[in-house]
Amino acid sequence: MQIKNKFIRFCIDVLVLVALFTLVQYIITTGLLDQYYQINLVSMCINIILAVSLNLINGFTGQLSLGHAGFMAIGAYASVVMTQMMDQPFIVGIILACMAAALGGFIIGVPTLRLKGDYLAIATLALGEIIRVTLQNIDYVNGPAGILGITKMTTWPWLFGATVVTVLVVVNLINSSYGRAIISVREDEVASELMGINTTKYKVIAFVIGAMFAGLAGALYAHFFYIIKPETFNFMKSFDILVMVVLGGLGSTTGAVIAAIFITALTAALQSFPAIRMILYALILIVVMIYRPQGLMGNKELSRKTFGRIWSGRK
Amino acid sequence: MLEFIQQLVNGLSLGAIYALIALGYTMVYGIIKLINFAHGDIMMVGGFVGFFSLTIFQTNIVTAMIAAMLTCAVLGIIIEKIAYRPLRNSTRIAALITAIGVSFFLEYVTIFLLGPSQRVFPDTAFPIKAYNIAGLSILNKDIFVVISAVALMLILQYIIKWTKTGKAMRAVSLDQEAAVLMGISVDKTISITFAIGSALAAAAGVMYGVYYSTVNPLMGIIPGLKAFVAAVLGGIGIIPGAMVGGFVMGLLETMVSGYGNSLYRDAVAFGVLILILLIKPTGLFGKDTGEKV
Repeated sequence: MQIKNKFIRFCIDVLVLVALFTLVQYIITTGLLDQYYQINLVSMCINIILAVSLNLINGFTGQLSLGHAGFMAIGAYASVVMTQMMDQPFIVGIILACMAAALGGFIIGVPTLRLKGDYLAIATLALGEIIRVTLQNIDYVNGPAGILGITKMTTWPWLFGATVVTVLVVVNLINSSYGRAIISVREDEVASELMGINTTKYKVIAFVIGAMFAGLAGALYAHFFYIIKPETFNFMKSFDILVMVVLGGLGSTTGAVIAAIFITALTAALQSFPAIRMILYALILIVVMIYRPQGLMGNKELSRKTFGRIWSGRK
Repeated sequence: MLEFIQQLVNGLSLGAIYALIALGYTMVYGIIKLINFAHGDIMMVGGFVGFFSLTIFQTNIVTAMIAAMLTCAVLGIIIEKIAYRPLRNSTRIAALITAIGVSFFLEYVTIFLLGPSQRVFPDTAFPIKAYNIAGLSILNKDIFVVISAVALMLILQYIIKWTKTGKAMRAVSLDQEAAVLMGISVDKTISITFAIGSALAAAAGVMYGVYYSTVNPLMGIIPGLKAFVAAVLGGIGIIPGAMVGGFVMGLLETMVSGYGNSLYRDAVAFGVLILILLIKPTGLFGKDTGEKV
């Protein structure tokens, strides 16, 4: 019975995803979704990937990282070098982007994750900036001018697939024994160390996986917007992602997804008033931290159960 | 050798500016263990107040600096009251995220009100003169920056070492609960700390305006980060450490621009931060207290 139920639920999930995919694919191919909405859809998916992966580091592991844009930059540049300069297919670019960003995450994570709290935040911020400045000084990728005229390869199937994979990997990781270890690090590092958990190992695992998906987002970004330059990936970009994670709830994947969608829509709506957009971001950060420091969703998840409860009207 | 000394002289005034900003970081961190991310932006506000005081009210540079310091002292108190006080007992991460929010808020409210373009500091406010001393060219703005920075640091030392307020500040940063028991008003002391720190940042903002002859709404970010590096370098929470750290950062920056690649200027500052955090997180002047479990 249990197994059968599980299987049925799995089938429903797959059906919902396939339906969502085909629906959007249909309105794109029939031209119902014009250029403006398509761009926003792409940003939405990329932001979901970024927010969910940063939430793994900031929310679940409790290690405040402010260098997420740096890993995105690594991914973007690695994939562009592969597809544009070495003429490899997109999939090679994506895989290399993930690997390069994960390697970057490992190299940065191993020494810095020994630091705690705000020191870690500043160190990751600094390293993110170092990545950017380094890219500015590499002539092979045109330095500060960046790379122009990247072939557009990011299509809806790629985006959808990448977003689903990211969310699935993070959710399943958190529900595994690794995930429990990761959460225990956030809850009480000393206690989890006493329980025999190698806290550094789990912090690095979370950091590397988070960085890897940031690289994936970077690759998708680069192959949609034609142009990448180091300036795009400065620490303001990292803060953008942080706003989503904080708003959605530190430690809630669905919260991160919802916040990413909301913030992207907000950004699109306020496109002609960039100053007001940033003031709003600032107020979101301050007000959320003062009145609801766990974020809108806290560490709760929206799941089938929640929908079931709403459906049957029970609390 | 002469060129080296010339670079040293150039770095000195930049270092003085960083040192002043770093002092505010270190004082605030020492007392409430918060990295006040908005500190660089308070410096920016100070720069703008100085600018408007010079252009609209036609004041001289000293008055402009005092006006900026007073305005930012009030601003610092307000920020602490509204944004940081409700979070005093929450996690340090929450406080840090709020500080990032405050930083954004100051930057973009300024952009919203004044526009994103940079403004040129009026020449008439500070006519640049160069003196030739033993083959070195020294600008009067360098002399102005260094002398006023050193004067402010001496005043700060006096306040902290010899006045009752300073004693209260030291007491609160040492042990907040014991300070309360001794009848010290913690809230008031923290407010005063923010006021002093912000006033120093404002003075640095006006100096920065004189030094680079421009002000713009985002000018506080990079000097703010570098001053933070300076504070960490000297040992965060330690006041003489911030001064030394500031001068070291300023000298390092001019040396990198002078002898190396100026594009790497900012990266070097961050590199120093990483090295310090990894090798000696307590900073040059910090004592190793060990970790309490």
